[in-house]
Amino acid sequence: MLTLILLLIPLVASIIALFLRGELVKWFSLIATVVQLAFTVYVFTVFKAPNAPEVTNSLLSLNIDWINTPKINFNIGLDGMSLLMVILTNLLMPLIVLAGFNRNQERTHIMYSLMLLMHFALIGVFVSFDGFLYYIFWELALIPIYFISLNWGGVNRATVTLKFFIYTLAGSLLMLFGFLFLYWNTASHSLSWFDLTMNHICSCKQGFIFWMFFLAYAIKIPIIPFHTWQPDTYSSAPTQGTMLLSGIMLKMGLYSLLRWLLPILPMGTAEYTPYVIAMCFIGVVYASVIAIMQTDLKKLFAYSSIAHVGLIAAGIFALNVQGIQGGLVQMLAHGINVVGVFYCADIIINRTGSSDINTLGGIRVLSPRFATYFLIIVLGSVALPLTNSFIGEFMLLLGLFEYHSWAAIFAGLTVILGAVYMLRMYQKVMLGDVNENVTIFEDLKWNEELVLATIAILIFAFGIFPKPILELVAPISEQIYRLSFVR
Amino acid sequence: MTETVIQTSNLFMPTILIPLLPLLGFIINGLFGKKLGHASGWIATTMLLASFACSLFLFFNLPAGGSETVVLSNWFYFKDIFIPFAFLIDPLTITMLLVVTGIGSLIHLYSIGYMHDDEGFSRFFTYLNLFVFFMLILVMGNNYLMMFIGWEGVGLCSYLLIGFWFKNQAYNDAAKKAFIMNRIGDLGFLVGMFMMLFHFKTLNYDQVAIGALNLGIGNITIVGITLALFIGAMGKSAQLPLYTWLPDAMAGPTPVSALIHAATMVTAGIYMIARSNILYSLAPHTLDVILIVGTATSIFAAIIGLLQNDIKKVLAYSTVSQLGLMFAALGMGAFESGMFHVVTHAFFKALLFLGAGSVIHALSGEQDMRRMGGLGKYIKITFATFLIGTVAISGIPPFAGFFSKDEILATAFEHNKIIWGLLSFSSMLTAFYMFRLLYLTFSTSFRGTDEVKHHIHESPIVMTLPLMILAVCSIVVGFIGLPPVLSHTHSFKTYLSSVFAQSKTIMPAGHEMSHSMEWILIGTAVGLALVSIAFAYNKYVMQKQTPVEDEQLSGLSKVVANKFYIDEIYNAVFVKPVMLLSDLFLVIIDKLIIDLLVHAVAFITSQVGRLLRLFQSGHVGFYMFAMVIGMIVLLVAQVFDVLGFFESLYTHK
Repeated sequence: MLTLILLLIPLVASIIALFLRGELVKWFSLIATVVQLAFTVYVFTVFKAPNAPEVTNSLLSLNIDWINTPKINFNIGLDGMSLLMVILTNLLMPLIVLAGFNRNQERTHIMYSLMLLMHFALIGVFVSFDGFLYYIFWELALIPIYFISLNWGGVNRATVTLKFFIYTLAGSLLMLFGFLFLYWNTASHSLSWFDLTMNHICSCKQGFIFWMFFLAYAIKIPIIPFHTWQPDTYSSAPTQGTMLLSGIMLKMGLYSLLRWLLPILPMGTAEYTPYVIAMCFIGVVYASVIAIMQTDLKKLFAYSSIAHVGLIAAGIFALNVQGIQGGLVQMLAHGINVVGVFYCADIIINRTGSSDINTLGGIRVLSPRFATYFLIIVLGSVALPLTNSFIGEFMLLLGLFEYHSWAAIFAGLTVILGAVYMLRMYQKVMLGDVNENVTIFEDLKWNEELVLATIAILIFAFGIFPKPILELVAPISEQIYRLSFVR
Repeated sequence: MTETVIQTSNLFMPTILIPLLPLLGFIINGLFGKKLGHASGWIATTMLLASFACSLFLFFNLPAGGSETVVLSNWFYFKDIFIPFAFLIDPLTITMLLVVTGIGSLIHLYSIGYMHDDEGFSRFFTYLNLFVFFMLILVMGNNYLMMFIGWEGVGLCSYLLIGFWFKNQAYNDAAKKAFIMNRIGDLGFLVGMFMMLFHFKTLNYDQVAIGALNLGIGNITIVGITLALFIGAMGKSAQLPLYTWLPDAMAGPTPVSALIHAATMVTAGIYMIARSNILYSLAPHTLDVILIVGTATSIFAAIIGLLQNDIKKVLAYSTVSQLGLMFAALGMGAFESGMFHVVTHAFFKALLFLGAGSVIHALSGEQDMRRMGGLGKYIKITFATFLIGTVAISGIPPFAGFFSKDEILATAFEHNKIIWGLLSFSSMLTAFYMFRLLYLTFSTSFRGTDEVKHHIHESPIVMTLPLMILAVCSIVVGFIGLPPVLSHTHSFKTYLSSVFAQSKTIMPAGHEMSHSMEWILIGTAVGLALVSIAFAYNKYVMQKQTPVEDEQLSGLSKVVANKFYIDEIYNAVFVKPVMLLSDLFLVIIDKLIIDLLVHAVAFITSQVGRLLRLFQSGHVGFYMFAMVIGMIVLLVAQVFDVLGFFESLYTHK
């Protein structure tokens, strides 16, 4: 029941937002997302409360018959993994809304309504335990972001958005076929997650179905070579759209690997793991190397994000507990950090009108406060100890190391390369003498400062006290690990 | 889930206060630095002095040979692996604590004078306190991951402080270079930790040692772990081939060079190996590698130091060289001797750097020794203290450097005569370039402009007081480790004996050297140093030579003065190819191959659509024709059971 409320708050807010105008809609969206966040905290306490599993389960999950043939249920619930993703989404949404407070967009009410609709769809993806329902939410999430990018994006937005849309849609189509195969090849003819994890599909078919799902997720994550939609989309979408995409939406792919791929098709996974891991960690180094010479701020961050999520995917496919757990922890950390870097990019581009790092410089002289926040976020994304991404990265690399030591060392190059491109960027943009293009750099507005300070605090909070998060995902990591072995 | 254990011994409070006080200083200065103005310097210094007092308390209250673990909380854990926030207090830690907080306090005090007119005054002390905090975490942790927090943390502070004057892009480059080179080492450290977790399921020092002892001497796992950790040490302690960042790091303010790049941070690698002494004594092959790398670095850096003209660069190469000497000691299994040299070196090198800072301060920022000379008359305290430091590093008795160096050379003589020869040669070079520096700076007459000469002044008391204290220490600190010919008790060795007791049982013990032999060795070392000094005196004082301008260099000396072009080689071999690769990946693979394929799919789809559109011609006759053809095909299929044929193919095993 509580899960249903989590799902309904953004939906209702999205509808109400349509009827509001001007500044009011921003304040309304902020209040709605903060209420949602507060409610999430309550749900978290319920989840953690030492109740009997049945009691917790009855509070959190909901299973209503929807269609009889084919058997489709409205089945939603929360386990550690879902809750982690819900926390991530609800933590980032107020920040994303707040980020737009001093930006003027046309038809604000539609933009915010779409963002809230997207919020609804994302929560839906994370709480669905029925394949069909999950698929609906998965596709629904694409629609608002399509319109956001198309209407409020930058140069070349029509072409770029179309490419993004068709690319991911093609992936989704494969996944739909995958679900159909699953449906016909299981005795129970059900798409309930619990039934699917107990299927007995023969290994001859699992490999085939594996690729249908994997391609859909590989495009969404994105894993190289299915990434070419991403840098363009990130740089042409409006910043709030980029934050939604990079912070939350690409976690849909990673989450789905753990929820809908590994435990359901263990034999297919086992068969192709070596290839997939090779793809991932080559992608990590490949994307990091490209990021080194990028001159466009947003594209640089896009490639760095590809490298980071590639490492998460590789760790997940290492198929051991620390890899899976590290992957989950890192999803949260990456979501926070990537939203931070894109917001910093937006603040710079908004004030200077340039996203080319060669035409920037010396911003630290003009705005030391902004420089400090930016530095903290940069340090978070290069995974310095005591920042949030260190623990995830450590566990991921350890998981990879147990899988194959040289693979881990190769992927570990990202530790060095990450420092190279991030510090190079920071030096060119923030340090040195003031560039003539940057003569005026307005100090931070209250909402900007609030967003950046929150992100900075989160970076340290999760780096120093990761315990609650680790405890949250430990049981589910064990469970996914066990399910991911050949039955 | 082990519950948080709070131990209630009388050492608990001072232990946690030691790192917390500088952290508090960092927070206060970080938040209110602008408002505090010059008070921030005093706050930072006071915090560190209090930390020093706590360290002294630990020194006097820790039972001899004992150790104490203070667990604060669990940091993170997964599966059966727990990683706590915990401190280990034993003689080795206390040695490092005293060095870091003691010398650190003096350098903080000095900085109040040195940075007085800098607009980033409070920012400087913010970073400096943060550095000390991380350095303390590094030496106090009871597991490798705690060490790693400090390890990367000091790297960050080093980055911030090298690039302290961030408007200058050359300084920023130096800062970035330091961070990245350290990161290369850090990857080695990480891999070492992964191996430990994989084999021992723990990162706590004592448990790792137990696990390693079970594997036995020369086990390939231990060799792997120790080598990986050593790569980390090479980065942090600036050994070949990862040393090039340290000379560039002189871009930072001089107190930073003294604190971070001479006395404390760069010795972290030596601390790490001394801390892992059991592991290393089980891996003789790794020790050989360390010995070779250390010796080579020691000589290589000393040679480069001969022809540097920037006063700080000379000291930087001297640091690299001395660090090499310490590693050589570790490589011979003489962990105490390595640590002893860490301690003495911290005093006289901090003194030398601060003295150089005082010179630079007096000359309004001039660092080129060719524009100095004759300063002994003008800045007497600086000159006197600098002289003491120079004598100490050159290994003249009874100054501190003599004792620690002599110990290492004696060990080397027993271990391997060639190594002894090489290290003696390196010490001889050290004496030469240090006295070259001294004479060029303080003797003969001033070679700079009149305007600079007019401004020459002795530094204020906050700067000269630390110089004097360090000078006294540079004289007396050597007496904690008297050689066997002079005394039967080596108090430093005795103090640390509990830490290295176990590794002593693993490694074959060297036999006692005869006293006459030892006198000969001491005589040789001192003699060589005196010869070098005389040579330098003749060249730079008697003949009043000054180094030629850069353009006039030729031949071998040009190669040496240009540091063997190592930076240029690294640039050509590593940096340029990666940059090229980056462009190549983006333009060829990303844009051309992958994106072309993606667009090709889209193109083919649209072309197929265009083709299929032709069938929708609107001619009823064509549609009927197609229908008839279709019916015939179906009929044929029915008659010949084509479907069944395909089905049999599919089900056929």
